[in-house]
Amino acid sequence: MSRKRNNLLVAAVFIMIFIFIIVVGYADEFSKEDLERWQKEYMSVVETGRELWVSADLGTNGVSCAQCHPNAANTHPETYPKFQQQLGRVVALRDMINWCLQNPLEGEPLALDDPRLVAIEAYVTYERRGVPLEPGKH
Amino acid sequence: MTNRNISRRTFMKRMGALTAASSLPLSLVELSFADSHKNFMFAYISDAHIQHITGTKFVRNWDRGLIRAVAETNLLQPKPDFIVFGGDLAQLGTRPELDHGAELLSKLNYKTYCVMGEHDYYLDLGEYWSKLFGPQYYSWDHKGVHFIVLNSILTYDEWTHERWPTAEQRMLEMAGLDNPNGSPFMVGEEQRKWLAKDLEKVDKKTPIVLFSHSPIQKIYKGWNFWTEDAEEVQALLKPFNDATVVYGHVHQIQYNQIENISFHAVMATAWPWPYPQSYAQAESNLPKLTVPMNRADPFFERDATGWQFINLKTGRVTMDYNLYNNTNRTVAYNPKTGQPEDVDFQAADKIIPPQIHF
Repeated sequence: MSRKRNNLLVAAVFIMIFIFIIVVGYADEFSKEDLERWQKEYMSVVETGRELWVSADLGTNGVSCAQCHPNAANTHPETYPKFQQQLGRVVALRDMINWCLQNPLEGEPLALDDPRLVAIEAYVTYERRGVPLEPGKH
Repeated sequence: MTNRNISRRTFMKRMGALTAASSLPLSLVELSFADSHKNFMFAYISDAHIQHITGTKFVRNWDRGLIRAVAETNLLQPKPDFIVFGGDLAQLGTRPELDHGAELLSKLNYKTYCVMGEHDYYLDLGEYWSKLFGPQYYSWDHKGVHFIVLNSILTYDEWTHERWPTAEQRMLEMAGLDNPNGSPFMVGEEQRKWLAKDLEKVDKKTPIVLFSHSPIQKIYKGWNFWTEDAEEVQALLKPFNDATVVYGHVHQIQYNQIENISFHAVMATAWPWPYPQSYAQAESNLPKLTVPMNRADPFFERDATGWQFINLKTGRVTMDYNLYNNTNRTVAYNPKTGQPEDVDFQAADKIIPPQIHF
């Protein structure tokens, strides 16, 4: 392979990288618009979570999460994971959400990757925004 | 006649015989005066939230709370003179719920006075409830005490009559405690006028006990722990030496003193609610006086429901909270400070970890 061809190849690679950057942008740079859009995406999931929170259809008996937890109060997402003394082990917030679905709501637990469970977590955490993390606190 | 003013300890001993009765989700009320022949007791049950699923099915958990309260109230010895049900018999104000609730209450062996709750009212504006239970506000005298029941869960006419396309939607909008589409509770002008007239004939030394569903004070508007015209109702009670307001709605221990008026909340038979300060996004005004109930353990479905004695010796309240799976609480009027105080937990260094809500 000649030196000239080698240079040509290197130049071609640089041009391709340059084009790639122009098309998709730098990985570590984002605009105000990006931030707004991402926040909006997040808030739409929070809103889905709120709809689920007040829904009579999440369990089987018409009871909703909000009946006992208005504004998701007394759920303490900032304290999880923690030792749940009634279960005798460390659990995540989603374990407790599923516990409530199965007991007071007399329903089925959600799969841990179910978008509805993510939405409920998003809502509960949003209502607790600004409170410092205190994992393990009872 | 021997002294009928039975102490709480004696009473508890008798109650001990009824082992199941050690944790009643109801309030037993003892009124005791220096004049012992006037001593009497009544029980207070509140916030049953009977919830219809379909057909003959109702939410088991809430049913059990009321069934238990009724059964245990019937076993009380000495017998209460009457029962007060403090409102929110139903969850969504439907006939099946009110009928089922009325049937459960019909097992009571005593005269029962009922208070209107918002969950009973906003489907048909109290029509069916009134057919079952009678007037929505009234008063009576019993052994030297003047009792009053108000419907304190009314709200603005526009919200009630014009805002919602259907009665069902109106009910659902008011039923959500944290629903921003709700509207603040109020007693309203008609009842305030009636109350002013009702109180005209009552001697200022007569103890007044007023029952309402919502607190006749302003604690947290976001959850309607609130009555919009609270100050105007309080003003009507101010001429009296001893006035007490007992209210439901909040599903938790609260107590307060505003000038001459003592305030006491009762527990629900259905479920407990968080204290408003547990909601990090809003300011609230839980009376500084209140040492909260213990945080509820959801694994015990009747936890953080309870019952209490009220002793109105010389017209002032001593309240004994008997709490499920928890240490009992006594809140007594302290003549030195002129306010109700918890006899064990009032001092800051006496508060135990479960009473700290966050």
